Amino acid sequence: MSEENDPSTEERLSPLHSVHVKAGASFTDFAGWQMPVSYGSDLAEHHAVRTAAGLFDLSHMGEIFVVGPEAAQALDYALAGKISATAVGQAKYSLLLSRSGGIVDDLVTYRTGEDRFVVVANASNREAVAAELLERTSPFECDVFDASDDIALIAIQGPKALEILSQVDTVQIDGLADMKYYWSAPGNFGERGEHELLVARTGYTGEDGFEIYVAPDAAIALWDAIIETGAGSGLVPAGLASRDTLRLEAGMPLYGHELGLDTFPVQAGLGRVVNLKKEGDFVGREAVEVGPPADARVLVGLTTEGRRAGRADYSVFASQSTDDDPIGTITSGALSPTLGYPVAMAYVETSVSAVGTTLYIDVRGTRVPATVVSLPFYKRESR
Amino acid sequence: MADKTELQYTAEHEWVLVEGTTATVGITEYAADKLGDVVFVDLPAVGSTVASGAIVGEIESTKSVGELFAPVNGTVLEANQAVVNTPELVNSDPFGEGWLIKVTFESLPALLTFDEYSALVAE
Repeated sequence: MSEENDPSTEERLSPLHSVHVKAGASFTDFAGWQMPVSYGSDLAEHHAVRTAAGLFDLSHMGEIFVVGPEAAQALDYALAGKISATAVGQAKYSLLLSRSGGIVDDLVTYRTGEDRFVVVANASNREAVAAELLERTSPFECDVFDASDDIALIAIQGPKALEILSQVDTVQIDGLADMKYYWSAPGNFGERGEHELLVARTGYTGEDGFEIYVAPDAAIALWDAIIETGAGSGLVPAGLASRDTLRLEAGMPLYGHELGLDTFPVQAGLGRVVNLKKEGDFVGREAVEVGPPADARVLVGLTTEGRRAGRADYSVFASQSTDDDPIGTITSGALSPTLGYPVAMAYVETSVSAVGTTLYIDVRGTRVPATVVSLPFYKRESR
Repeated sequence: MADKTELQYTAEHEWVLVEGTTATVGITEYAADKLGDVVFVDLPAVGSTVASGAIVGEIESTKSVGELFAPVNGTVLEANQAVVNTPELVNSDPFGEGWLIKVTFESLPALLTFDEYSALVAE
């Protein structure tokens, strides 16, 4: 790969960049991409997603196609889940494990045809996932290609997402209202339906919503059409800051915080994502069957009183005594905008991981009492 | 709201309004925007002694924590209870109702002018 084409060395812009600039966004670097962090108030964007809807640009995510007669078997070997068991139109949350059982990435795989799959990877892991998939699937009859540069991704999330998306008159999606969670369908966009879409009922906010895959040259028109349709219903553009507090409240892990190469799935509460019952080998199987070391820490939720949040990398202690060693570390934390009190996810020793245990977070020199709670912190009311 | 061009500034993105021997201190709009929505403000106790450059408080947003540095040696005369109760004032009116502390001082260190500070944030 030549220097100027190496995505890791250049600042990348979303196909929607000009829209964000016009909307007054402030930007942050995310895995080499300049992405909107907020459009004025991250709190207002957070609340809009919980009460109405928010529109996110996720074009930095990676989309890797695996296509061919043996694509399903190839993914069963490459990933931790039984991808071959998904039906056409279904999506599945899965993990790409290392041989030693660590997590290379967490991803969503869409089966778009009998022998066609789209694997959606985190922006920071796109190259690693594409390379691993290429290598792991090489014994199988299938092709792997990274289509990330040819796909933009827009997510509409919130209780009004369905209502708004249904009203965009240039968007046609068959069976949208009846689409189940973690299913997808093809759609069309444009005056003559000239742009193809892949629409999935998936998300990363804890709300109902849809993720829409579209060609970059149609992304701006689609974004504008959705914003225009939803403005009267409380839809706002939402940035990565609100996305982070939304996913934290929903107890969803973020790669690089809760997940990494040194994390076994079971430590992160993702044991169910690894299908040890599926026949045949898959990468990481042997290591996961042995399991992590006995002293491996586990992911828990922590809540505290007051307003001061424990944040990533803060130490967690079992007592208020200042001469003991930490028994855990926070991976993500914030004052929860929805709940009104601080929440955090942390890896702690199993001996102190039971729900109801009192622990202490070192918040910049002060030991703040915290209670271990089950995840998620926030669950939407079922409708 | 104070006239921004009449204020003095620090490299830590604070503004200082000097009236006699009293300095009113807040964070600049630039700093407030960088922090994001402020959700918690911790200020020093009235009557406490502060040293120029020392951390005397915290301004916390959903995504990060900013520190409040004392721009002068002195004694805290007043802490703005309104921002403690309503932290979003730091975002909505950083140069006005979002002021943080008033400090009485004996001598004033060298601070940045509006033009100097503007040049700093333009970098």
